[in-house]
Amino acid sequence: MSTNFPTRAADGLRNTQQRRNLAKATNTIRGKTAKVTAELPDWEALREAGKAIKREAHAKLDQYLLQLEEMVTKAGGHVHWAADAAEAREIIVRLTRQAGTDQVIKIKSMTTDEIELNPALEEAGIRPYETDLADMIVQMAKERPSHLLVPAIHKNRVEIRDLFRAEMGEHGTGLSDRPPDLTRAARAYLRQKFMETKVAISGANFAVAETGTVGVVESEGNGRMCLTLPQVLISIMGIEKVLPRFDDLSVFLQLLPRAATGERMNPYNSLWTGVHAGDGPCEFHLVLLDNGRSKILADEVARETLHCIRCSRCLNVCPVYERAGGHAYDSMYQGPIGAIVTPQLRGLEEAGSLPYASSLCGACHEVCPVKINIPQILVHLRGRVVREGHAGKGEALAMGVAARMFGNQGALDWSLWAGRLGQKLLMRDGTLPWLPPPLSGWTLSRDFPALPEQSFRDWWQKREDK
Amino acid sequence: MNGRDLILSRVRAAIAGSPPPVTPTPAINRVWEGDREAMVERFLDRLRDYNVGVTRTSGTVAPALAGILAGRGIDRLAVPTDLPAEWRPDGVALVPDDNLPHGALNAIPGALTGAALAIAETGSIVLDGGAAQGRRALTLLPDYHLCVVRAEQLVGLVPEAIAALVPNRPITFCSGPSATADIELDRVVGVHGPRRLDVLFVG
Repeated sequence: MSTNFPTRAADGLRNTQQRRNLAKATNTIRGKTAKVTAELPDWEALREAGKAIKREAHAKLDQYLLQLEEMVTKAGGHVHWAADAAEAREIIVRLTRQAGTDQVIKIKSMTTDEIELNPALEEAGIRPYETDLADMIVQMAKERPSHLLVPAIHKNRVEIRDLFRAEMGEHGTGLSDRPPDLTRAARAYLRQKFMETKVAISGANFAVAETGTVGVVESEGNGRMCLTLPQVLISIMGIEKVLPRFDDLSVFLQLLPRAATGERMNPYNSLWTGVHAGDGPCEFHLVLLDNGRSKILADEVARETLHCIRCSRCLNVCPVYERAGGHAYDSMYQGPIGAIVTPQLRGLEEAGSLPYASSLCGACHEVCPVKINIPQILVHLRGRVVREGHAGKGEALAMGVAARMFGNQGALDWSLWAGRLGQKLLMRDGTLPWLPPPLSGWTLSRDFPALPEQSFRDWWQKREDK
Repeated sequence: MNGRDLILSRVRAAIAGSPPPVTPTPAINRVWEGDREAMVERFLDRLRDYNVGVTRTSGTVAPALAGILAGRGIDRLAVPTDLPAEWRPDGVALVPDDNLPHGALNAIPGALTGAALAIAETGSIVLDGGAAQGRRALTLLPDYHLCVVRAEQLVGLVPEAIAALVPNRPITFCSGPSATADIELDRVVGVHGPRRLDVLFVG
């Protein structure tokens, strides 16, 4: 099924509970991120440095990937290369089977969502347990995440309590809907899983070519549990996540927490290099995933899409995201960054409506910690959508009709007269909330301003006549 | 073609012809510019901001630790095998983590360790498995973590910490106890890992 943003956004607009949750969430995070980013005197220089490092990493990406492979291997880890999602799934399922287990614990990872790993594991008879609180909620509810960083933002405490009561066995019995109680239940429920599960699967926030060090940034401690207690650790990362030098972490460990959650530092960061004798997993696998990233790299305008550090700050400032909600983007990448990442990963044919899911207000570019020019890339992708013939048929038809009309004064005058007559039936408070097809596509997600009683030409004509 | 060659050839084709970027890396702040006492104050303030229990002593460590533990009602601790002798508080049973099974470690109410270094600007304690720190599971499974930070281990900014760390060690930054805001954005402290963190600052 294709990703049709307007239809899905209309569902989001009707969901008043979700709109309230999102307004509260984005408002709160906006306030916190604004405060802690303003606190650092060199915040702007850090953003510039972040952008420069990413550019350099991508300009010599082949060299840095090879260096990363060499250093991870030298430190006792194993590196695997996956050209696409299917290959990545195959590698991870095979490694899990080799460990002789039928369950894995997982740390929140958008990359594993992207390659649809969980269904593949289940099909292979391996049960994946999400251990991030929100991801666990979404998994138990058999839903999809609706925000990069707060995936269960669309659910309230009562819904979560009911879910835990149904799914957590003894840990859910008689549970209240207070967040501290719900969190305690999750702690008790997961502790046993952390202790007994042999294989953990994670994403990665960074990997350092110079040293082979891989890093995960988190809050809840479920990450530390997964990275430390199991015997086998499998981490998957997009090839764009590589950083040239260990020192580059000093930039990103400042940018990411402040931009993401508005904290000076998130509670836990873990950095590991291969395996460490007597401490943590005895087997470490790093899966390097392309899955369309090299294609993005080849597009010189859109290339900086790959700078993204998944902080989700652009979601929190986006007026379109706040109203439409995360599910409208039909992807684990939502909001402005989703509107540019998803069409490039999945193809414009399938997700060509997403570059239009923006008012181009520029707020996302203004706050991005690595200065991705999202509006410019949106416009660039819109151009490609039209040039490559993926624009909706209705839209193409409407634009064609409009072109003919504007080219012919008589036809324009007639259609304006007809429009003024017709709109009387549809007008409410000076706007048109609904138009007949094919114009209904436009009014699905916004009102159309009514035509004025008199056109400028008519007014000018009458003024001249006087 | 295997995945590795395929990816590398695609990447090379993608970047071929584009000139390497010449953007100079802009200057970011790398060292703390204020005075030393202001740095200590910043660190302790940041810790309090995370609800970390903060005690400062310029005297001997063991009695200060004993006081903190009495206040928390904890009389049994897991400790690294190389815990300094002068950190052994009276009246507290110390269980050396000589590769204890995870279940045994999980059953001990708290852990006492040192740190590799700490960062004032972010209130972070950094562990790297070095002296007096033990392995990662030691500061993860028990419900309580008491950490001793000596004044000379404190740095001002994140870049100073990165420059001082040894990359091929297992490194953990702890900035307050774990926390979540996943349910209606209400912040709840203490999810997995120690639910309570106390710091004894020596100096």
